[in-house]
Amino acid sequence: MSVDIRIDHVVKKYGNNTVIPDLSVDIRQGEFFTLLGPSGCGKTTLLRMIAGFNSIEGGSVYFNDKRVNDLDPSRRNIGMVFQNYAIFPHLSVRNNVAFGLKERRLPRAEIAAQTDKFMKLMHIDEYADRMPDRLSGGQQQRVALARALVIQPDVLLMDEPLSNLDAKLRVEMRTVIKEIQNSVGITTVYVTHDQEEAMAVSDRIAVMNLGVIQQIGTPKALYQRPANLFVASFIGRTNILQGRMTMTGGQPVLTLEGGYSVPLNHVLPDCRQDAPVQVSVRPEEFVISPDGEGIRARIDDSVFLGLNTHYFVTTREGVKAEIVQESQIDSILPKGLEVSLAVKKEKINVLTADGARNILEGVQNDITEG
Amino acid sequence: MVERKKKGDVWTLMSFVILALYGLFLIYPLIRLLVESVTKDGGFTLEYFAKFFSNSYYGETLLHSFLLSISATLVSLVLGVPLAYFYNMYEIKGRNLIQIIIILCCMSAPFIGAYAWVQLRGNNGIITQFIARIIGHKPPSIYGFRGIVLVLALQLYPLVFMLVSGALKNVDSSLLEAAQNMGVGGVRRFFKMIIPLCMPTILAAALLVFMRAFADYGTPLLIGRGYQTFPVIIYNEYFGETGTDHNFAAAVSVIAIVITAIIFLFQKWASNRFAFNMNALHPIQRKPAKGLKNVLIHAYTYIIVFLAFMPQMYVMYCSFRKTSGKIFVDGYDMGSYQKVARDLPLEIKNTFLIGLLALAAVVLLAILIAYLVVRRRSKLNDTIDTASMIPYIIPGSVVGIALVVAFNRQPMVLTGTMFIMVVALCIRRIPYTIRSSVAVLQQIPITVEEAAISLGCSRMKAFFKATVPMMRNGILSGAILSWVTIITELSTGVILYNRKTITLTLAIYAQVTRGSDGPAAALATILNVLTISSMLIFMRVSKNKDITF
Repeated sequence: MSVDIRIDHVVKKYGNNTVIPDLSVDIRQGEFFTLLGPSGCGKTTLLRMIAGFNSIEGGSVYFNDKRVNDLDPSRRNIGMVFQNYAIFPHLSVRNNVAFGLKERRLPRAEIAAQTDKFMKLMHIDEYADRMPDRLSGGQQQRVALARALVIQPDVLLMDEPLSNLDAKLRVEMRTVIKEIQNSVGITTVYVTHDQEEAMAVSDRIAVMNLGVIQQIGTPKALYQRPANLFVASFIGRTNILQGRMTMTGGQPVLTLEGGYSVPLNHVLPDCRQDAPVQVSVRPEEFVISPDGEGIRARIDDSVFLGLNTHYFVTTREGVKAEIVQESQIDSILPKGLEVSLAVKKEKINVLTADGARNILEGVQNDITEG
Repeated sequence: MVERKKKGDVWTLMSFVILALYGLFLIYPLIRLLVESVTKDGGFTLEYFAKFFSNSYYGETLLHSFLLSISATLVSLVLGVPLAYFYNMYEIKGRNLIQIIIILCCMSAPFIGAYAWVQLRGNNGIITQFIARIIGHKPPSIYGFRGIVLVLALQLYPLVFMLVSGALKNVDSSLLEAAQNMGVGGVRRFFKMIIPLCMPTILAAALLVFMRAFADYGTPLLIGRGYQTFPVIIYNEYFGETGTDHNFAAAVSVIAIVITAIIFLFQKWASNRFAFNMNALHPIQRKPAKGLKNVLIHAYTYIIVFLAFMPQMYVMYCSFRKTSGKIFVDGYDMGSYQKVARDLPLEIKNTFLIGLLALAAVVLLAILIAYLVVRRRSKLNDTIDTASMIPYIIPGSVVGIALVVAFNRQPMVLTGTMFIMVVALCIRRIPYTIRSSVAVLQQIPITVEEAAISLGCSRMKAFFKATVPMMRNGILSGAILSWVTIITELSTGVILYNRKTITLTLAIYAQVTRGSDGPAAALATILNVLTISSMLIFMRVSKNKDITF
């Protein structure tokens, strides 16, 4: 039975050091929910509070309507996958997977049936009688996942499960994890610092920084309409430009370096006023033209990566920017060339001068208020 | 880190029980010892300390002990460090045998070595006579300072060898290659790379050797010929045939503890200055040396190892010689074994009973304390951690005297019982066993335990089902090493034993002091066989051959 998890104003302190000041979030039943943030942002701390391995200094954690703050981790019915897998090295693959079922004193036949089923599901049935030291990293990860799922937990918690794998295996395993989660339909909380991995597996992502959730939304929402400067620069790559918004005949107009201006259509009503702004332009949101309207810049370097070509430029006022263009069949723009940079005005994001807020419409943010 | 919810759980209770045990069997005896040293006729006095410092005879023994320990430490380092270097850098023929012999050497009781050297190089020793015949007059005597240093250094350099070998296994070969790249090779590499890289370990080894040399009691007694040292004075003042003075013995013990504590703190300070972490991705590969270098390396290794092992071989040989009265005569028989056969069953029974009881207690306590110290950090458990290191700096004979002082009076009369022998051995061994258990536990990720908990185990059960099995190899190899040191322990036992609780090692000592060379050799051989079999089991069980003391 999958549950929804409600985290209500929780506080985490180590001595006098507050790691999570006040955090609330609702995780829906059956959802693949990811906590994403730089190291030290409190994401693993939060996960371990849900698991019961960290104490909670304030607020509550609910599984459905049941408060679990004081419930021992062994009674929470969670499946957990650890960064270092935490496979029991003295037990064979089969006994690792069966460990939780034996602890629950299920009938022998059922233990065997369930163990076999999940070993098959994770494609580790052929290693059933091997000892863990003879498994590769990817295989160990599959054992860890099978062991966590076989007990039919209410919640699956994963703490950076792919960070010890090499790049290729990481991509392969994240597909496996996503597929398994879909087929089992279990509420999953996943912790990672890798934004690409988070985008690949999650239904929704909570971006965290300094113990505070910055934004909660689908991968698409986070990428296209980040709630603030931190999210804009943490998810994907972006260029931050300084600009000014002015109201011209009731229409907000954004003016960038060199007097280049574009009309903005989706500014929130309460933000329609003259103000300095920061503009987040992703590398693919620039259009390079030799001589058109736009910011004047000089090409410093280029990198050809097959599908795309990356250009590194410096504007006349000395701002460095990165641009991605689909590779063309004709030649790459040479170093030192002066070009004009126009922006795709529907795609760029405009933030308040302090970067705290996106002033455009369409920002999805599921942060629980109050 | 698993945090605890309720204050009064099982582990907290455990902390208090362990602390109580330390209080009763370690702190209380030490306090009694201190009280004894400043009490005369029921009143306070510093008379005994004054006596010690005003009489130049005692000051001289203190100086003797220092000179001896420092010399023995230096010689051990000079012998042991190059040996470890050669052994780990170059191919040496018969390396496995060499390792077994080296381990055996440092496992045997030091006084057996002293006893054998007297047989070999004493006034009528066979080597002495052999040299005398060649050069026409007697070579310089082995008795006194030189003899003690020789015996102690040959006894203790294997410790240096093993610790430094362990450190060399953590040196990444790319470090040495980088040095070579920059033109540092050969002898310069040894002094510029190996020595600094192994410095923390060399300091640790130096402390260990110094402490053992300082506390050693049997060697100066047998080979010192009037060269008095600290432990001998303590023993004589307590049990000597004439003019014993228990209070004075207590005062000398207190001085001994203060000195070892200062040395210990100095070593801590020194090794903190050199502390760094190493972990070899590519351990050093041994290479065969060429030409003359190869010959010299082999010669050095074989000679040093042979010198250390010779006394033991000689003792084993002597055990089969024919005796008449107390002296050896020509021919061989099993007479010596027949002489010891009557008391042997009791001695073996005691060795095993006392040894195994102490071992079980030490291992159980060490696991529990390691868990508390590593996984349950708190003020209380830090106190236990500190208390557990106290015996490390207390010479064995002082442990013995403190126990006698504390437990030969009401309400707890324990002297003369087997129990107090077990307690003494526990106290002696526990710092080492705790250190190795802590090291093992620190390498086991806590997530393994958490995984077990998340799968439905209680905390206690998770520890015993997930963590203890992972510690098993480490615990087992530590236990066998403890076992060997327990059965060869002398300095504490010699103060506490009586006719009923005598063990093999103590019986050998009794025979040696009685001058019964044949029976002593026979018993020593039996003890050696026991030690060797324990070591072979250890080699079997322990996956990595690194040995922690």
